[in-house]
Amino acid sequence: MPTVNDFLLILPEVVLLIWALLILLIDLWIPDTKKYYTAVLSAAGLVISAGCAFALLGRTGSAFSNMVVLDGFSSVLSILFLLSGLAAVALAYDYLKRNAAQRGEYYTLLLFSIAGMMLMASANDLIMVFLSLELLSIPLYILAGFFRPRLASEEAALKYFLLGAFSSAILLFGIAWIYGSTGHTDFPGIVASIDGGRANYLLLLIGAGLLLVGFGFKIGVFPFHMWVPDTYQGSPSSIGAFMTVATKAAGFAALLRVFLVLFPAEAPIMAGILWGLSAASMIFGNTVAIAQMNMKRLLAYSSIANAGYILMAFVPYGNPVIAQEAVSSALFYLLAYALTSFGAWAVMIALEPAESDGLLLQDFSGLGRKYPWLGAALLISMLSFIGVPLTMGFWGKFYLFKTAVDGSQIPLVLIGLLTSLVSAYYYLRIVMFAYFKPGEPQIQPGRWASVVAVICAAGIFVLSFIPTPVFQFAAQMIMGMK
Amino acid sequence: MFLSEIFSDPAFSLVPWVVFFPLAGIILNLIFSRRWEEKLTALTACLAAGGSFVISLLLMLALTHHPEGATITLLEWINTGSLQINWAFRVDTLSVTMMLVVSGVGTLIHIYAAGYMHYDVRINGDPSRYSRFFIFFNLFILAMMLLVSADNYLMLFVGWEGVGLCSYLLIGFWFEKGADGIANARAAKKAFLVNRIGDVGLLIALFLMFWNFGSLQFDTVFARAPEVAAATPAVLLAMTLFMLLGVAGKSAQLPLYVWLPDAMAGPTPVSALIHAATMVTAGVYLVARSHTLYSLVPAAQTTVVWLGALTALFAATIAVAQNDIKKVLAYSTISQLGFMVAAVGMGAFTAGLFHLTTHAFFKALLFLAAGSVILGMEDVRKLDETNLSDSFHHSHVDPQDMTLMGGLRRKMPVTFWVYLMGALALAGIAPLAGFFSKDEILAAASQNGLLVFLVLLAAAFLTAFYMGRQLWLVFFGKPRSENAENARENTALIVLPLILLAGLTVLGGLLNFPGSLALEGWLEHTLGKGINGEFNSMVAGISLIVSITGLVTAWFVYSRYSGEIKKLDPLEDMFGAVFIGARNKWYVDELYHAIIVRPLEGLSQQLAQPVDQGLIDGIAVGFGSLTKAIAQSWRSIENGFVRSYALALLLGIVLIFSYLVIR
Repeated sequence: MPTVNDFLLILPEVVLLIWALLILLIDLWIPDTKKYYTAVLSAAGLVISAGCAFALLGRTGSAFSNMVVLDGFSSVLSILFLLSGLAAVALAYDYLKRNAAQRGEYYTLLLFSIAGMMLMASANDLIMVFLSLELLSIPLYILAGFFRPRLASEEAALKYFLLGAFSSAILLFGIAWIYGSTGHTDFPGIVASIDGGRANYLLLLIGAGLLLVGFGFKIGVFPFHMWVPDTYQGSPSSIGAFMTVATKAAGFAALLRVFLVLFPAEAPIMAGILWGLSAASMIFGNTVAIAQMNMKRLLAYSSIANAGYILMAFVPYGNPVIAQEAVSSALFYLLAYALTSFGAWAVMIALEPAESDGLLLQDFSGLGRKYPWLGAALLISMLSFIGVPLTMGFWGKFYLFKTAVDGSQIPLVLIGLLTSLVSAYYYLRIVMFAYFKPGEPQIQPGRWASVVAVICAAGIFVLSFIPTPVFQFAAQMIMGMK
Repeated sequence: MFLSEIFSDPAFSLVPWVVFFPLAGIILNLIFSRRWEEKLTALTACLAAGGSFVISLLLMLALTHHPEGATITLLEWINTGSLQINWAFRVDTLSVTMMLVVSGVGTLIHIYAAGYMHYDVRINGDPSRYSRFFIFFNLFILAMMLLVSADNYLMLFVGWEGVGLCSYLLIGFWFEKGADGIANARAAKKAFLVNRIGDVGLLIALFLMFWNFGSLQFDTVFARAPEVAAATPAVLLAMTLFMLLGVAGKSAQLPLYVWLPDAMAGPTPVSALIHAATMVTAGVYLVARSHTLYSLVPAAQTTVVWLGALTALFAATIAVAQNDIKKVLAYSTISQLGFMVAAVGMGAFTAGLFHLTTHAFFKALLFLAAGSVILGMEDVRKLDETNLSDSFHHSHVDPQDMTLMGGLRRKMPVTFWVYLMGALALAGIAPLAGFFSKDEILAAASQNGLLVFLVLLAAAFLTAFYMGRQLWLVFFGKPRSENAENARENTALIVLPLILLAGLTVLGGLLNFPGSLALEGWLEHTLGKGINGEFNSMVAGISLIVSITGLVTAWFVYSRYSGEIKKLDPLEDMFGAVFIGARNKWYVDELYHAIIVRPLEGLSQQLAQPVDQGLIDGIAVGFGSLTKAIAQSWRSIENGFVRSYALALLLGIVLIFSYLVIR
C-alpha cells in the first residue's frame, strides 16, 4: 500500500500533475483574450514545484515499492526540467500571441510532459522508465502539432509520433528481453539476478542494445536523429527550444542511470557502440549544419552534435572512477548546454515573425546595431556553443574532454576538437550576419523572449568565472546515486 | 621563507605600491579624463608617479636599517609542473636604486610634461591627446617599476616588454605626422622591430636558463650557476651572450643601436624619460642584476666591455656631425650607455650604476632643456593668445635645427644656465656629477687594459667636443633666424623641473664622492665587492685635461661660425668626406637596409604570393570547400520521408547487432 511518505518523496511531480489538472479546468473559464492568466498560473505551478524539489535536494530514498528513487541526480535534473519549463512558458508568451495560437492546452500539456521527465530521471524500474517516457512523449506529439491547421506543424507532429511510437516499441522490446533474461523489471532485482549469475547473458546484451536505441532516439544521436530537424522546424519554436534541452536531458537521465546501474559489466562491449554513436553524431551534426540556412534546422543539427559530445564522456563508463566524473561532467554540460541553447533559441523566437518556419540566417542582419542586447546574447550563445573561453560552453567541453582523456579516449577527443573547429564556421556565420551585414530585423522583439535571452547569456558569462564550484556541486549531487 | 625574513621591516611590504600607484593613475585617467580639465589629468598622473617615488624613498630608509632587503610575494602566478613563478617583488639596494632613479626623474619629467604637452598637443592640432599621453606615461612608469622590482626573470621580462610597448606607443605618439605623414610611424615601427631582435635573444637566454637551472627565480638561478659553469661552460656562455643581445637592443648598443636616434620622433619628455634616463638603462641593470652569471664567464665579460667601449666611440663620432639638437643628444645617449655597459662588463658595477644615475640626471636635464629651446623656437605665445590650433601656422623653420639658432643665451637665460650645467656635466668637468662617475669608469678601464682605456678616452674627448659645439651653436653668437630672434623663456611649470634637475646635476657627484663612496657601500649589499675604480688622481687629471681640450677645440672651431645657412660646417672644410660620412651616420641604416631589409622583403614577397596565397590558402580553402561539399551531399539523407527515417533507425539497429555479434 502506498503511504504518505511515498507521495512526499515525489512531491514535486505530484504538485505539478495536480496543478496541470487544475489549469485544465480553470482554463475553461478564462476568455481567449486573457490567456496570459494561464501562462502566469502555469509558471507559478512550475515555481512551486521547483520549490518542492529544492526542499528535497540532498534527500535520498525510494518510494512505491522501489518503482522510483529520489537522489541528488534526480533532484538536480528535476530542477533543470522545471526551469526549462519556465523558459518554455516565457518564450511562448509573446510567440503564441503573435501566431494567434493562444490556447490553454499548451501550458497543461507542457506541465504533463515535464512531470514525465521528472519521473524518468528518478525511475527505478524498467516499466517506470517506459511509462514516464510515454508521459513525456505523448504531450510533446500534440505540442509539436500545436499550430494545427498549418501543414508544417502537422507534418512535424506526425513524423515525430510515428517514429516515436516505433522507438517506444523498440524500447519496450528491449525491456522484454531483459525480463526474459533476468525475470525482473525492477533495477535491484535485475542487478541481483546478474550478480547471482542467474541471468542469460546473450538475452541481456540484446536487451541492452535495444534500450540504447530507444534512448538514442530521444537524445537524437546519429543514426536515430532523423526526426530531429523536421520536427524542430515544424513545431512551434518555443516547443523546439524546450525539446532541444529538456527532452534530450530526460533521455540522458534515463540512459545514464540504466546503464550505470544495470550494465556496468557490459561496459567494454557497450563502449564500442557508444563510441561509434558519439563520433558519428559529432561528425554528422556539425558537418551538415554547415549546409543549413534556416536557423531552426541549424540548431537542430547543432543539438545532434551536442548529444554526441555528451555521449563522449560516457564511453568509458565501465571504470567506476571515471563513471563518477562522466556523470558530473554530463550534468555540467547539460546545464551549460541548456543556457546556451535557450539563449540562441530565445533570440530567434524574439525576432521570428508570425507564420514563419524559422528565421533564415540573413534575417539576423543588422541585429547587433539595432538591438545591442539581443545581439550580445546571440554572440555569447554562439561563442559558448563553439566552446570559447569565458563562456560556460568552454568549461562544459573542457570537463567532457578531460573525462574522455582520463578514460584514454584520445581519438574521440580529437574528433571532438576537430568537429568543434568545423562548428565554429556555422556558429560564427550567424554572428557575422548579426554584426557585419547591413539590414534590419523585421519585427519588434518579444519582451519575454528577450529577457530569457539576456538572462541565459548573463548566466553563460557569469558562471564561467566559477566553474569549479558548479562542477563540485554536480559531483556532490551524484554521490548518493544508486 | 621565514616570517622574520619577510617582515624584517614593515616598510618592505609597501613595495607593490610602486606599481599600484601608476596603475591607479592609469585607471582614473582612463575613466575620468574625458570629463576632466587638463590640469586635473596632469595632476593625477604626476601624483601617481610621485606616489611611487615616495614609496621608493620609504624603501630606501628601510634598507638603511636592514640592508639585506626582502622578497615580497604578491600573488602566485604560474604553477605547473616544475615551473613555479610568482608575482614577487625584490627589495634590495640595487632595485631600490633603480626605483629611485626611475620614479624620481620620472616625477620631474611628468611635471615638465604637464606644461610641455599643453603646447605640444596644440602645435600638433589635437588637444584631446593630452590625457592619452599621460596614460602612456604612467603605463611606462608601471612597466619600468615591474622591470626593476621583479624577483624573477619572467616578471622582469614582462616589464621589459611593457616598457618596449610604451616606447613604441610614445615614439609614434604623433603617428600621422613627420615627413610624408609616415616618418613618426616608421620610427616607432623601427624601434619596435629592432627591439624584437634583442628580445628574442633575451627569450632564448631565458629558455636556456629554465632548461639548465629549472627556475627563473634570481636566487635559485644564481645559486646553481657555479655548478652549471663547471659542468657545461658553453651553456652559460651562450646564455650570457644571448642576454647581451637583449641588452644591445634595449640599451641601444652596437649593432642594434639604430632605433634610438629615430626614436627622437616622440615628444621631448618621452625622449628625456624613456630614451635617455630610464628605459635604455634597463640593459645595464640586467647585466648588473645578472652579475653572478657574467662573472663566471670571462669571455662574455670581455665581449660586454668591447661592445660598450666601441659603441661609446662610434656613437660619439656620429654625434659630432649632427645638426638636430635632439639627434646630438640621442647619439650622446648611445655613447654614454656604451660607457655604462663597458663598466658593468669590467665588473665595475658601482661605477656603471653611478654613471647610470648621474647620466639620468644630466641627460634628462639636457633633453628637457632642449625641449624648452624647441618650444622657444616655436612661436608658442601666439598659440596662447588666439588659443585656436587651426589658426596656428606652422613656421617653415625646423625648430630643432641648431644652424638656425644662436644667441639664445640672452633670450632664454634660465634654459641657458641649466643647459650649461648639463653640458659641462656630460663633458666631464669637475666638480659636476658627470666628472666623478665617468672618472670611475675610466679608472676601472685603466686597470682593465690600455686599449679599452684609450678608446673610452677618445670617446670622452669627442663628448666634450660635441657638447661644446652644441653650446656654441645654440646659445652663443648671433641669432641666425627670425624664430631665434623672437625666442622667449618658457613658463614656470617647464622651467622649475629644469632647475631641480640642474641641482641634482651639480650635487649628484656627492652620491659616490671619493672618500665617502656612499653608493659603493650601499650597492655592495647586493652586488658584492666588484672591481672598483679607486680614485686615481692621474686618471682624473688626464680625463679633465681631455674634456677641457675638447671644449676649447670646439670654441676655436665654432666661435667664428657666422651661421649663414648656405655656409658649410667648419669641420666639413677641414675633414671633407669623413665629416660627410659621420653626418650620414656612417651609412649604417643604408647598409642594414641593403643586407637585411631588402633581402627579407624579397623573400616575403616570394612567400606571400605563391606559397601563402597559393599553397597555404589553397589547403585551407580546399578543406573548407570539401567540408561544404560533404555537408551538401549528406543533407540529402534527410529527404523528408518517414519511411526512410524509419529505415535509418532500423539500419542503426542492424549495425549495433552486427557489432555485438562480431565481438
